[in-house]
Amino acid sequence: MTSTSTTLPRPAGFSLDLRLQQPLLIVLAAAAPLVALAFGASWVRVLDFALLYVLLAIGLNLVVGFAGLLDLGYIAFYAVGAYTWAFLASPHFGIHLPFWIVLPLGAAFAALAGIMLGFPTLRLRGDYLAIVTLGFGEIIRIFMNNLNQPINITNGPQGIDMIDPLTIAGIDLSRNLDLFGMQVPSLVLYYYAFLGAVVLALVLVRRLQISRIGRAWAAIREDELAAKAIGIDTRMMKLLAFALGATFGGVSGGLFAAFQGFVSPESFSLMESIVVLTMIVLGGMGNLAGVVFGAIVLTALPELLRHFAVPLQVALFGKTLLDPEVLRMLLLSLAMILMMLWRPAGLLPARTRYAHREGRKA
Amino acid sequence: METLLQQTLNGLVAGSIYALVALGYTMVYGILGLINFAHGEIVMVGALVALQTILFLSSAVPGLPPLVLLLAGVVVAVPACMALGYLIERIGYRRLRNAPRLAPLITAIGVSFLLQTLAMIIWGREFHVFPQLIDTAPMQPVAGVVVSPMQIFTIVVAFTLMGGLMLLVNKSRLGRAMRATAENHRVAGLMGINANGVIAATFIIGSGLAALAGVLFASNYAIAHYSMGFTPGLKAFTAAVLGGIGNLPGAMVGGLVLGLVESFGAGYIEHLSFGFLNSSYQDIFAFMILGAVLIFRPSGLLGERVADRA
Repeated sequence: MTSTSTTLPRPAGFSLDLRLQQPLLIVLAAAAPLVALAFGASWVRVLDFALLYVLLAIGLNLVVGFAGLLDLGYIAFYAVGAYTWAFLASPHFGIHLPFWIVLPLGAAFAALAGIMLGFPTLRLRGDYLAIVTLGFGEIIRIFMNNLNQPINITNGPQGIDMIDPLTIAGIDLSRNLDLFGMQVPSLVLYYYAFLGAVVLALVLVRRLQISRIGRAWAAIREDELAAKAIGIDTRMMKLLAFALGATFGGVSGGLFAAFQGFVSPESFSLMESIVVLTMIVLGGMGNLAGVVFGAIVLTALPELLRHFAVPLQVALFGKTLLDPEVLRMLLLSLAMILMMLWRPAGLLPARTRYAHREGRKA
Repeated sequence: METLLQQTLNGLVAGSIYALVALGYTMVYGILGLINFAHGEIVMVGALVALQTILFLSSAVPGLPPLVLLLAGVVVAVPACMALGYLIERIGYRRLRNAPRLAPLITAIGVSFLLQTLAMIIWGREFHVFPQLIDTAPMQPVAGVVVSPMQIFTIVVAFTLMGGLMLLVNKSRLGRAMRATAENHRVAGLMGINANGVIAATFIIGSGLAALAGVLFASNYAIAHYSMGFTPGLKAFTAAVLGGIGNLPGAMVGGLVLGLVESFGAGYIEHLSFGFLNSSYQDIFAFMILGAVLIFRPSGLLGERVADRA
C-alpha cells in the first residue's frame, strides 16, 4: 500500500460524525436553557455556572493541557477579574464603568498578575510553578480578607455586594426581558451571553492550538529540551501560555461578579482551583471537547448529588451519612488519582496526530 | 531586646517543626524529583491519630501520667503514618514513576485532598482541643524571656530526631543506599540496591518524622483539625526549597530560618509597613521567601545542584 500525504487515513470514528456533530451541538447548546427551565430556574442557574466554569477550564487548559505547566492557583486570576469588576462597577467606590471597559481591564490585570508570577518561576522546573502558584492563590486570598483596614479596599470577609449587572447594548441582563410580549428570564439572558463568550473563547483557543504557537506549546509539553533545541523560545512561550490562561481567568471572573452581584474571598478558595483542575483532568488535558465535557459534568455534580445521592443514602441507611459537599470532595479527589493512574489522557483523550495533519493546512 | 529574644524563641519552636516536615519533602524530592503534596496531610493525620489515642486511653485507664499518654499517642501515630506513607507511595506514586511529570504531581494533589476529606469524614469539621500533656504555661522568666516546658521539649525532640536522621543517612547501610539512589537510581540498581525498597523506606522515614511533627505542632498550639496540615506543609516545602531542595542539612537550616523570619515578620510587620499591614499577614512571609529564593538563588542556601535539571 502506497500512502502519500493526500491519502492519510482519517482516524476511526471521526469521518462520519463531523458533519452531524456541529449542528447538533449548536441546537443542543441553544435549547439547553429552555429545557432546563422546564425543570426549574435553579437548573438554568447551574447551566450558567457551567458555562463560567467552561470558560475557566478553557483558560486553565491552555496552561496545563497545552503547555504542560501545572497551575494550582488559577482561581487567583478569576479573583483578580472579579474584584476588578467589583471595584469599578459597584457602589463600593461609587464607580460605574460599562462592561466593555471593566472586562478588558480585569483581563489585563489578570494577565499582568500572570506575567509577574510566571516571570521568576518559568525558568525553573515545572514543579516549582505548581507550588508558587499555590502560594500566590493563598496570598491573594489573605489580601482580600484583610485589606479592609486601615483603608477599606476589599471590604474584607464580608465582600462587596450590589455589583452592577452585565448590560449589553442597553439590555440589563439582570432583569427579565420583554421580547415581543414574551418574558425571557434573566438567567436565560445570562446563559446566552456566557454562551457567546464560550464560543468566542473556543474559536480563539482552537485557532491558537493549531497555530505555530500551539505547536510550540505542544513541543514544550512533550520535551522541553528538544523544543529548546529546535529553536523555540521556551521561556517566552511558557510565559505567553501563562498570561493568556490568566486572561481567560480574568474575563470569567468579571462575568462571575456581574452575574452574582456579589464577591467575597470565600468564592476563591484553593478548593476552586482544584475543582477546575479536576475538570480538565477528567475530560482530557489538551482536548477542548474533553475540557468542556469535564466542566459541565463537574458543575452539575453537586446538584446531582443533592438530588440523587442524599435520597439514596436515606433509602439505604435511613439517614444522610455523607453530605453532598463532602461526597463531592471525595469524588473529586478520587477522580484525580484514579484518572492519573488508569486514564491519564482523560475520558475524551486528545488526538495526538491532529497537529501534524491540520498544521500543514494552516 | 526582650521581645527580640522572645521572637527568636517562638521562631525556633515553629522552625524546628517546619524542619522536621521539610526533611520529608526534601528526601522524597532528592530521590524521586517529586513534590509530595500529601506530606502535609501526614502531619495532620499524625496529630489526629495521636489525639484519638490519648482521648481513648485517658477515658479507658483514668489516672495515667500525662507523659505516658503523650508517649502512647506517639507510639500509635508514628507507625500509622509510616504505613500511610508507604501505602501512598505503593498505590499512588510507584506506577507513575516513569509517567509524564505532570501525572504524579496531579496524583499528589489528589491524595492530599483525599486525605483531608477522609479526615473530615472521620473527625468532623470542628476544631479539636489537643490536650496539653506537657505544660505550655510559661515558667519563671529567664532574662525576661518567657519559655514553657513544651517549647523546650519541642526543640529538644526535633533536634534529636534531626541528629538521628543525619546519622542514619550518613553512617548506615540504608543511608548509603539512599544517597546512591538519589544520585542515580538506575546505577544504584545495578550496584545491587533494591531501589523500590529504598524509595519505600524514604517515604516511611519521612512520614514518621511528619507524624512526630504533627504531635508537636498540635501540642504547642493546642489544636487539631482536618485541614491543619496544609499550610504547615506548604511552609515546610518552602523551607526545603530555601535550604536547597534535596539537601538534608539544608532542610533543617531552611526550616529554622523560615520559623525565625515568620516570627520576626509577624512581630515587626506593623512597624515595617507603617501600620498598613498587621500580623494577620503572617502567612505571606513564607511565600515571599519562596519567590525571592526562586528568583535570586534557586539552588537554595546550601544547595549545590542547579534546580533546573530538565
